[in-house]
Amino acid sequence: MSDLRDLYQQVILDHYRAPRNFGALEPVCASAEGYNPLCGDQVKVYLRTDGDVVDAVTFEGVGCAISTASASLMTEAVRGLERPQAEALIASFLKLMTGDGNGAAGVDLGKLEVLSGVKDYPVRIKCATLAWHALRAALEGGDSERVSTE
Amino acid sequence: MTAPAPLADGERPPAAGALDVERLRASFPILAREVHGHRLVYLDNAASAQRPEVVIDAVNDCYRTYYANAHRGVHALSELSTDAYEAARGKVARFIGAPDSHEVVFTRGTTESLNLVAQSYGRPHLAPGDEVLLTEMEHHSNIVPWQLVCEQTGARVRAAPITDDGELDLEAFAGMLNECTRVVALTHVSNALGTVNDIPAVVELTRAHSDAVVVVDGAQAVPHMTVDVASLGCDFYAFSGHKMYGPGSIGVLWGRRELLAAMPPYHGGGAMITRVTFERSEYAAPPQRFEAGTPAIAPAIGLGVAVEFLESVGLDRIERHEQELLSHTVEVLNDLPWVRVLGQGAEAGSPRAAVVSLVIDGAHPHDVATILDEQGVAIRAGHHCAQPLMERLGVPATVRASFGLYNTHEEVDLLVSSLHEVRRIFG
Repeated sequence: MSDLRDLYQQVILDHYRAPRNFGALEPVCASAEGYNPLCGDQVKVYLRTDGDVVDAVTFEGVGCAISTASASLMTEAVRGLERPQAEALIASFLKLMTGDGNGAAGVDLGKLEVLSGVKDYPVRIKCATLAWHALRAALEGGDSERVSTE
Repeated sequence: MTAPAPLADGERPPAAGALDVERLRASFPILAREVHGHRLVYLDNAASAQRPEVVIDAVNDCYRTYYANAHRGVHALSELSTDAYEAARGKVARFIGAPDSHEVVFTRGTTESLNLVAQSYGRPHLAPGDEVLLTEMEHHSNIVPWQLVCEQTGARVRAAPITDDGELDLEAFAGMLNECTRVVALTHVSNALGTVNDIPAVVELTRAHSDAVVVVDGAQAVPHMTVDVASLGCDFYAFSGHKMYGPGSIGVLWGRRELLAAMPPYHGGGAMITRVTFERSEYAAPPQRFEAGTPAIAPAIGLGVAVEFLESVGLDRIERHEQELLSHTVEVLNDLPWVRVLGQGAEAGSPRAAVVSLVIDGAHPHDVATILDEQGVAIRAGHHCAQPLMERLGVPATVRASFGLYNTHEEVDLLVSSLHEVRRIFG
């Protein structure tokens, strides 16, 4: 088992205390809710695209440090990406969390690597992936999608 | 009892008639294990307690030496299994003060017991306009079965409010009773807050203002206090084996004999009939009517042994010990300005069972649980299957420490020091 300091790195604590891009987005193109029935945590992700480019992503909800920081870091990481790049980033991040290699080839996770400690805490992986599943649903589906971690 | 060990500095002397906790701990094999390099501090007893060796051995012994299906064969093993299974029923009946062991139905647990009452009592008695009165502190297992039966019958679920101190508002409860109330269903002890509801008072109000039956979820009460269904005065009482140091997959529904006798079966199958033709079947008398199929024979026998274990330790001594742990915990936590203990306000008038729910400034309960787990401290974080209660308290989740007879003051101190570690990381 890893050291708790690897899990609760300063960047994570910072994004937990002061989440970026927090709140509803207006105007919005799509949104999706993520729900973790195990803990009751909910997150709603808002997406605005400009053509094929992710113009803005915001989120709201109540969650633990891991889920909040992961959502906050995600909103920064996907901004400005083209849709296929955003989808590749999501796939790569989910791979990192499930311990299935270090993400997909050719995708630089950059700052998101701070969340890699989560994979040593299996019951917390769903916290880290909640917002990502919701973003994927928003990219795929349009309004009022609801995804569950179960 | 063995002679008490000399006291360490600062250790509290055991009161006369107190539990010999160290000796008791030795009879729970799992308590000797380590978690992440620390000795296990198991404070998740409200979710599921651990089992003493005598219970593990009883289940083992059943499978190793005399197991066969009960109520079926005329061969020797079937008779031994049937006798042991029925003897367990008798032990449970005596344990809860049931006047007749035929009033004790074995189920898979509290959840199944409550679903059984909802379907076999509720469904035939509920009609459009009727009401099922719950409280805001119920576990989902005492909410959803009633919602299901209300959807089927057109009746509706109402919830009596609780006070800010986490206690049932008896005046408001009385005001919600009326001639349409068919069922009052409430918990004896709140799984999230530990509040002990005054069941005799609830029964008295219910009888005075309605014709409703009173269904009590006793899952969190039976391990912590003497329960006597006759003096509680309720009509149904449900509980689980795994929270009272017994095996999993076994639970109990106690019901008044005349009510059970008038109820249709819950499940259909073998063992619950006297005669079957393709035209119709005749149902067996309770409790067999409600025990379709092969029952959980070894777990039931293990539950009987758990009951004897609790009786030999003494519920009054267990309650005293746990109350000391509880007041020690609340006292220490109340001194920490960054900890808020829920539902244990100074104004609280009802007693509390061995549960403490708390929130920490700036740290989500799940993060708290991970940090505590790293130090070997097992607690529960989340909504505790009581989402309406969380909403009422205005929190998304809590950290819950729940005590059992084997917990110690030293473990309370370890809990508190691991909370300081949370504060160090998140402070």
